[in-house]
Amino acid sequence: MNLTRRKFLTVSTSAAVATFFGGSQAFATVDEINKAISEFTGGGEPESGVLTLKTPEIAENGNSVPVSVAVESPMTDDDYVESVIILAEDNPNPEVATFHFSPASGEGKASTRMRLAKTQNVVAVAKMSNGKFYKASNNVKVTIGGCGG
Amino acid sequence: MNYSYKLAALLSGVLTTAVLVAAPVEDALTVDDVDMISRAASAEGHPLPEVISGWHYRTDSTRALQTDSFENGGMLGVEQGEEIWNTVEGTEGKSCASCHDDAAVSMASVGALFPKWHEESGKPINVELQINDCRVNNMGAEAYKFDKGGQKPLTAFIKHQSHGQPVTVDLTEGDMQQWWDKGKELYYRRTGQLNLSCASCHEKNNGKYIRADHLSQGNVNGFPTYRLKQGNLISLHNRFRGCIRDTRAEYPAAFSDDLMALEVYTTWRSQGLSVETPAVRQ
Amino acid sequence: MAAKPRIKVPKKASAGDIITIKTLISHKMESGQRKDKEGKVIPRKIINKFTCEFNGNSVFSCDIDPAISANPYFEFKAKVNEAGTFKFTWVDDDGSVIEAEKEITIS
Repeated sequence: MNLTRRKFLTVSTSAAVATFFGGSQAFATVDEINKAISEFTGGGEPESGVLTLKTPEIAENGNSVPVSVAVESPMTDDDYVESVIILAEDNPNPEVATFHFSPASGEGKASTRMRLAKTQNVVAVAKMSNGKFYKASNNVKVTIGGCGG
Repeated sequence: MNYSYKLAALLSGVLTTAVLVAAPVEDALTVDDVDMISRAASAEGHPLPEVISGWHYRTDSTRALQTDSFENGGMLGVEQGEEIWNTVEGTEGKSCASCHDDAAVSMASVGALFPKWHEESGKPINVELQINDCRVNNMGAEAYKFDKGGQKPLTAFIKHQSHGQPVTVDLTEGDMQQWWDKGKELYYRRTGQLNLSCASCHEKNNGKYIRADHLSQGNVNGFPTYRLKQGNLISLHNRFRGCIRDTRAEYPAAFSDDLMALEVYTTWRSQGLSVETPAVRQ
Repeated sequence: MAAKPRIKVPKKASAGDIITIKTLISHKMESGQRKDKEGKVIPRKIINKFTCEFNGNSVFSCDIDPAISANPYFEFKAKVNEAGTFKFTWVDDDGSVIEAEKEITIS
């Protein structure tokens, strides 16, 4: 793309506006993420609390960012966390992984490592066996290395 | 757009560099309850007052990966190296283990003492070239090409047998001192369109940020190193070449005299630090 | 190359203990987002599913997307009431399945 400086400024300004006021272009992935969440919850509205999402504030390489979830749950046969979906708002595709638990898990805790394309919000939604949903999100700053990234 | 974006990034990089100077993290490196020497008094004639492992310059989450050998992705390579160690190859029907038996015994401190003088070739030799020497002359197998075949995992496996032991280089053997001199000259020689020497970043500016990267002393005690960027083991000569490439210079061939001299010199600069192979870096 | 997965499970536990399990497997996790030198998209090839069962019952599983890092790592919990066998599977996009087992005894 061959943009003049003026055009670049226009584009970046409108992107900034979109971020704050809900323009259509920059929110494409936000639509995707909302769609992914509502598919996961079947339209149910997630509450806050119960689910803890742990990510580093700063990741010095976006190729391997640790992520952990912990859900407060008795993990009995009739009251446990069924699954937790992890989503990254500004990745090419928002889905990262979905953990499935069972009463045999003992605790609703799991960790993995993910790829983040840039600085962005990471969102987790937990689905409980009683039909409730909980949501948590964190911002992760992904730094650009000095030497060739 | 690309240009403007880069300009903006460059400008913010300049600002960042001006503001951020951070000391290496005060922390102790322990891997599976084994204490590592990650800070050491520098050798006589060393330009820096203290030798500090690159581990101290990384973020909490990167540092944590190295403290538990299970979570260290480089250990996948070490385990692969162990399999290669026990695999018969070549016309002589031998594996490494056929002669060297249990690496935990026979290679116990070997990796910490390379590079060293190699009388037959009249040059310094590193672990990679020693493996090739063995393959060709004792196993009747082909030499590994740079970074190919089992070279990285087998080198990592052998160096890992010295995990925790201090890096030592013997300059009294053969012409090692002359190779050290040549390595030193290369270390301080500015190169590339950016006109940088190794020393520009790793001696004069270690502890500062180059854009978002916290510059270390550039010690070599953790190679082959598991880099998160590639999700793989990265050899020392690959890293040398990457660094030189980033100064926008043409880079020498792996195992060339220039890079062997640089290995001798940078290993001397890292003396006293524990072998961390496979270290984990960004 | 199908390297052996790394799995950390305690060798024994007391009945009712909640133990920590860690797994790490060698895999490039080609995301399908990268291009080769000619500019062609490198096709996606990832591990898309991980499961852990204990004595035939599901303990934990994960649906995996290309945003999971190379050499996938998972850490999770399991409640152990009896001695038995943990069975782990990793399913590759190409249809291949890597399996491993670990025994645990009750002290």
